[in-house]
Amino acid sequence: MKVQGPRSDRRPRSPLRRRRRVGASGAVAVLLVAVCGFTTHALAQQSRPNPLPGRTFQSADTQQLEADEARNPGWLWVEEGAKFWSRAEGTAAKSCESCHGPLNTALTGVAAHYPKYDVPAGALLNLEGRINRCRTVHQGAPGLAYESSELLALTALVSSQARGTTRHVEITGRAAPFFEAGRAFWQTRQGQLDLACTQCHDGLAGKHLRGDKISQGQSDGWPGYRLEWQTLGSLQRRLRACSLGVRAEVLDYGAPEYLSLELYLAWRGEGLAMSAPGVRR
Amino acid sequence: MGARLLLGLALAASATSTAAAELAPYRVSGDAITEPLEGIPGDPERGRRVVLDRTVGNCLICHAVPEPAERFMGNIGPDLAGVGSRLTTGQLRLRVIDSSRIDPATVMPPYYRIEGLLRVGVSWRGKPVLTSRQVEDVVAYLASLEVSE
Ligand code: HEC
Ligand code: HEC
Repeated sequence: MKVQGPRSDRRPRSPLRRRRRVGASGAVAVLLVAVCGFTTHALAQQSRPNPLPGRTFQSADTQQLEADEARNPGWLWVEEGAKFWSRAEGTAAKSCESCHGPLNTALTGVAAHYPKYDVPAGALLNLEGRINRCRTVHQGAPGLAYESSELLALTALVSSQARGTTRHVEITGRAAPFFEAGRAFWQTRQGQLDLACTQCHDGLAGKHLRGDKISQGQSDGWPGYRLEWQTLGSLQRRLRACSLGVRAEVLDYGAPEYLSLELYLAWRGEGLAMSAPGVRR
Repeated sequence: MGARLLLGLALAASATSTAAAELAPYRVSGDAITEPLEGIPGDPERGRRVVLDRTVGNCLICHAVPEPAERFMGNIGPDLAGVGSRLTTGQLRLRVIDSSRIDPATVMPPYYRIEGLLRVGVSWRGKPVLTSRQVEDVVAYLASLEVSE
């Protein structure tokens, strides 16, 4: 039954597609539209905010902590990463430096363009994925697990080398289906609380969710040090926290959904200056 | 109904009446549900505890209520002070059970609905956020939040 509520005309229609009471065929149509990119670009253009860096929504104390390299704990991981940079690894006995040269030259700005479709890998790679490809393909070393201190240190190092450079990612060609999947995920209500990412991070940015001020959900400050975690964490760890928050399935690290989401987030933040390691509440 | 079947239903994004079979039935008239779930009216003091408890209602993540001891209440939904004077008990009940029936784009989660949800985490799958008793307790608490002259 349809209920005409007092406030149904007060609010602009959201781009959300409700799935309930939509038959399987309706859902398939929605998916097809998303995958084929039919008119979706225009919709996506409309929904991209004027990007604000994640720190904007943190308290003054937290922002000061982030800005001070001597006090921002994230820099401990960067320092650790710098040690790994020149350490020979694996059966090839090569270090990162053997291929890329000294720090502050080779990888400057690179992190601003990830995730990226990698032709030899035949996959969309985020920074963690790129680092692990280098390990397995070029160093002959095993891949590193998400949230291991070594992978966190290396992603923090490579991200820090992009500080201040402008976010720009490729979303056409082979990257297009991942971009569309990420956008669809962003706009899909999910979990027992039936909320979509866009509802909080597009619709409610600046509002208070208990003690948190909701940001635009930008990824410029990640990997980041979260005070609640008392450690540095990957962007995917942050995404898992939001999945849990709406009581949705918490997907595995590296899940295709989160990879696609990372690409969508990067595109939403196009033009932002990279700022990892960020500090968050 | 097994969790597997429910997952299947959720993935197919199809709402069926069987999924809702475990929930107490209710009838929506206008923008209200006038009859209490299972015909049993709630208790406002129990409802207050459901609203305040972070692991149960967790309403303060989005709303403020007239509780001076509470800090950091959310401002996403309207302040619930005086809501019992603004809305009838039946209107409150529909809003707690499933606000999306009033505004399909609502941010207010459905507290007594299990169908039409996607990717629900295993621990919550096939269960509403609140039991029918808790819904009625919350409604009784909200109704008690009247404007004091
Ligand atoms: C109910 C509200 C809510 C929903 C829904 C939600 N988030 Fe969040 N999210 C938050 C809050 C609160 C924070 C912490 C404060 C902040 O930085 O925004 C946060 C933080 C983030 C951040 C880190 C931003 C930063 O600068 O540190 C990202 C990225 C993010 N969310 C992405 C997502 C994605 C992707 C989804 C959907 C899967 C999602 N969020 C769903 C509330 C939400
Ligand atoms: C994630 C955010 C969120 C949570 C959690 C939430 N609400 Fe809401 N609520 C809203 C919003 C937003 C509205 C405004 C109406 C709308 O957008 O549909 C609302 C509206 C209401 C209304 C109608 C108020 C009015 O003046 O019209 C009541 C009553 C209500 N909520 C009670 C509750 C109770 C009780 C809980 C917990 C059991 C709760 N809400 C949890 C966001 C939330």
